[in-house]
Amino acid sequence: MRLRDVDTVPFTFDGVTYQGVVGETLAAALIANGVRLVARSFKYHRPRGIMGAGSEEPNALVTIGSGADAEPNVRATVQLVYEGLAAFSQNAWPSLKSDVMAVNDLASPFLGAGFYYKTFMWPKPFWEKIYEPIIRRAAGLGGLSGQPDTDVHEKPYAFCDVLVIGGGPAGLMAALVAAKSGVDVILAEEDTALGGRLLAELEDIDGLPAMDWVAEVAADLRDMPNVRIMTRTTVTGAYDQGTFGAHERVERDGMTSAFWRIVAKRSILCAGALERGIAFPNNDRPGIMMAGAVRAYVNRWGVAPGARVAVYGNTADVARTARDLTVQGIDVVAQIDAAKGAAVVATKGRHALSAITVLRGGVEEEIAVDCLAVTGGWNPSVHLTCHMNGRPVWDDKIASFVPTAGAIPGMVTAGACHGVFDTMGCLADAAQIAEGVVRDLKLKPAQIDLPDADATPYQITPVWSVAGKGRKWIDFQNDVHVKDINLAAQEGFKSVEHMKRYTTQGMAPDQGKSSNVVALAVLADVTGRGIPETGTTTFRPPYVPVPIAAMGAGGGGKGFAPERFTTSHDASVAAAAPMIEAGLWYRPSYFPKTGERTWRQSCDREVYMVRNAVGVCDVSTLGKIDIQGQDAAALLDFVYTNTFSSLKVGRVRYGLMLREDGHVLDDGTTARLGDDHFVMTTTTAAAGLVMRHLEFVLQVLRSDLNARVISVTEQWAQFAIAGPQSRALLNGLLDAPVDDVPFMGWRDVTVGGIAGRLFRISFSGEMAFELAVPSRFGASLWDALNDAAAALGGGAYGMEALNVLRIEKGFITHAEIHGRVTAFDIGMDRMISRKKDCVGQTMAARSGLMDENRAQLVGLRPVGAVKQLSAGAHLFESGAAPIRENGQGYITSVGFSPTLGSTIALGFLDRGRARHGEVIRMVDHLRDLDAQVVVCDPVFFDPEGDRVRG
Amino acid sequence: MRINCPTCGERDRREFYYVGDAVALQRPAPDAGLDAWDDYVHLRDNPAGQTRDLWHHEGGCGAWLVVTRNTVTHAIAKVEMAREVAR
Repeated sequence: MRLRDVDTVPFTFDGVTYQGVVGETLAAALIANGVRLVARSFKYHRPRGIMGAGSEEPNALVTIGSGADAEPNVRATVQLVYEGLAAFSQNAWPSLKSDVMAVNDLASPFLGAGFYYKTFMWPKPFWEKIYEPIIRRAAGLGGLSGQPDTDVHEKPYAFCDVLVIGGGPAGLMAALVAAKSGVDVILAEEDTALGGRLLAELEDIDGLPAMDWVAEVAADLRDMPNVRIMTRTTVTGAYDQGTFGAHERVERDGMTSAFWRIVAKRSILCAGALERGIAFPNNDRPGIMMAGAVRAYVNRWGVAPGARVAVYGNTADVARTARDLTVQGIDVVAQIDAAKGAAVVATKGRHALSAITVLRGGVEEEIAVDCLAVTGGWNPSVHLTCHMNGRPVWDDKIASFVPTAGAIPGMVTAGACHGVFDTMGCLADAAQIAEGVVRDLKLKPAQIDLPDADATPYQITPVWSVAGKGRKWIDFQNDVHVKDINLAAQEGFKSVEHMKRYTTQGMAPDQGKSSNVVALAVLADVTGRGIPETGTTTFRPPYVPVPIAAMGAGGGGKGFAPERFTTSHDASVAAAAPMIEAGLWYRPSYFPKTGERTWRQSCDREVYMVRNAVGVCDVSTLGKIDIQGQDAAALLDFVYTNTFSSLKVGRVRYGLMLREDGHVLDDGTTARLGDDHFVMTTTTAAAGLVMRHLEFVLQVLRSDLNARVISVTEQWAQFAIAGPQSRALLNGLLDAPVDDVPFMGWRDVTVGGIAGRLFRISFSGEMAFELAVPSRFGASLWDALNDAAAALGGGAYGMEALNVLRIEKGFITHAEIHGRVTAFDIGMDRMISRKKDCVGQTMAARSGLMDENRAQLVGLRPVGAVKQLSAGAHLFESGAAPIRENGQGYITSVGFSPTLGSTIALGFLDRGRARHGEVIRMVDHLRDLDAQVVVCDPVFFDPEGDRVRG
Repeated sequence: MRINCPTCGERDRREFYYVGDAVALQRPAPDAGLDAWDDYVHLRDNPAGQTRDLWHHEGGCGAWLVVTRNTVTHAIAKVEMAREVAR
């Protein structure tokens, strides 16, 4: 029922159309429409109604929308009504009113705490196949659609001097003092409006309604350029160095929400307090609500949660609630003062509360009611102060926990979360705390006159649970009741952390916000300890559930990783080449020709083309590092195993790099451009790694060297021209012939007047060159190279052919130098010069890394009926069983060589270099392959290297 | 986490590449013996308290930094240029 005249719009709940007010919460709208039953509980499928009015709501979780946009487990107390809103109940089938899983409630004597742990232990094989799938299906509340999320989230950053968390009276006062003192302030408030409890209470400030004061202060703050007010923003976590996570529900301009990172020099926590209940029998019927929530619905939203209301509790809030209801003309049928020993001992009503039984002075009386407002007192919202291992301390005066000072560096607390519950006290506390923060920031605090506000002292007689028959619920979201906690204690789970895990108390999405303190008190009681000795569980971020989509904003689809494209990318795609990822780069696999139906046909043709005519290939993805300085050669001598200071200008040398532990880091060629100038190439995979390594050597290990390095990978487009016709191609394309460039030499060249560099190096074993030009000319040079190659019976080749060509020659890649391989293993130990020190030299000489029994690089060819080999397959002696204990090595690279008409492979085999000619066994358990292979030299083709020299 | 780079100022940790213990600054002489080299390459303390790490400002100035921080409180006490520490 509504208490005021309002304009409404239609919305639906479970398909039924109701009228709501735009901007009010779904919970308020449901109450206005008399909807009592809104959910089924998690475990027992008990009928449940709205309990609270804020983000701590344990019961009223709904799904908003349907299909890909559906968002499950939204608290009806924070969801705003808009025209056409479609909300659905959860955890009930076929309907909320007749939910078949409610049978769990009848079986509840068997489903107590620890039921799963005890019941599904035996027989063991049943767990994975039978029990778990059934439990998984029954468990959980709302479900995901399974479709890609279309919601738009963002991850913004903000920085400020002071972050004020919470916009109630304390937060407003703290923000005002800080802002007036000239501090850069962010005020974050979870609600849609500022005011906190003042939004929900009938109170005066300076003789006027409290919300008038709120409006005045809010306007004041909005006018100041050094204040940012963020409403609908929940600060979810406190992290190192004054960093906070905050979730903003945006819901406009096409955006759903934002997950903020806010960095603040200081923070003032003004998070207020959360009301707690009392554990009495069957205290979970729809219509039993928190007293503070009842006041919020009546005073703020103008909706009546019932027509005949009883109020039950242990503080002055009982009288306050009764007063507020009476003011609105709602019938208050009973005030039950728990502080004086009165108690509610029974309730009635299956789908909605219909009556309560009150025990007063030894007399039981049944009273017909449709709503019961309950208060067990207030708990300061200490959660954020616990996010860095801080433990709150017990305060007997308010019978609850208050924050430990200094629990979060830079954070202070004020107002209700500081244990000060009256409005006047909150304002004074916040002003004083904020002044301290301002002084801490070396500024002079502005003097703000405190207004006159309610100063009724808070008095409480703790009441946790009452005697009586029936389950007394504590954690509504996880269906934990008093008996569960008693059982946990009986069975030895007396530590609060053990009790939590045994009963699941406080482990639901609400993290026990309204239940943990009551549960602790019950545990303290049953174990005969005091509450301070019992302790608290650990509060962890996030304070409220945050959609994973918001935390991962920008990381879906292509946002997962950046993409790097070569200058020939568009041409390759236009030529229908399938592009494969190489780190962040995209490279062409092969270039299909008309009539080719499989990748192998294209690959075989491309290999043949390079061996017999000429092929061109984009190799720009290899790392290129420009090295200059009078000690550039000394730097190379230190990072490469072999010597570069002896390299002549105009020449190129292959180099091997080790890690300091003696294993291979990377390999590549380096050209000497001048006495003090080199250009190094790295593998595509290790380009960043090698760059870091060179910087480390220069800045730390050899800061005596005068040299500088810079990555020029992006600045140069570089293409391989490989094959017997490569020189002919270049002589036709370049501005001058290149007949005089020797193998492992380089020249400055011009092509169409553009200056470039030509390196005579080969990764195919053919006479080959690499031509580099500034990147802006890459695309046009690629086209020119393709045309020139076609005229000579050649063309472009891709990664597949490149791989086959290098396997035929036994050239290694990171498939071979995978991090556990030494120079000795790949037969390059003689490349480690003994005439100088280099990274890795000392450790590479360890006897274990030079042991003849180590697995060594070999070539492998099939000799039996099975011709297919596979990378990753393991090697065994011919007659040995293919089990791990008999393993003697593994295959790293495989390709079909059209040149040799056979599949060929590279791999590592124990004592491999001494076993050429031996027939062994290759087994791939994953692909179900078992082949006889012969061990051979890793260089399958042209072992003398005649072709490369032309 | 933010690191106060001596050249760039306070920057988000995502700009930095973490490497490990700053013991890597003290490279032994080639003839220092395998024990010294084993220490240098493999053995690391795992302190609850103060530690010195190497970080590379890869997304910034490219400097290698020695960061002195506390593994218990996560507080950063000092950020220095590795080049100067190594001297």
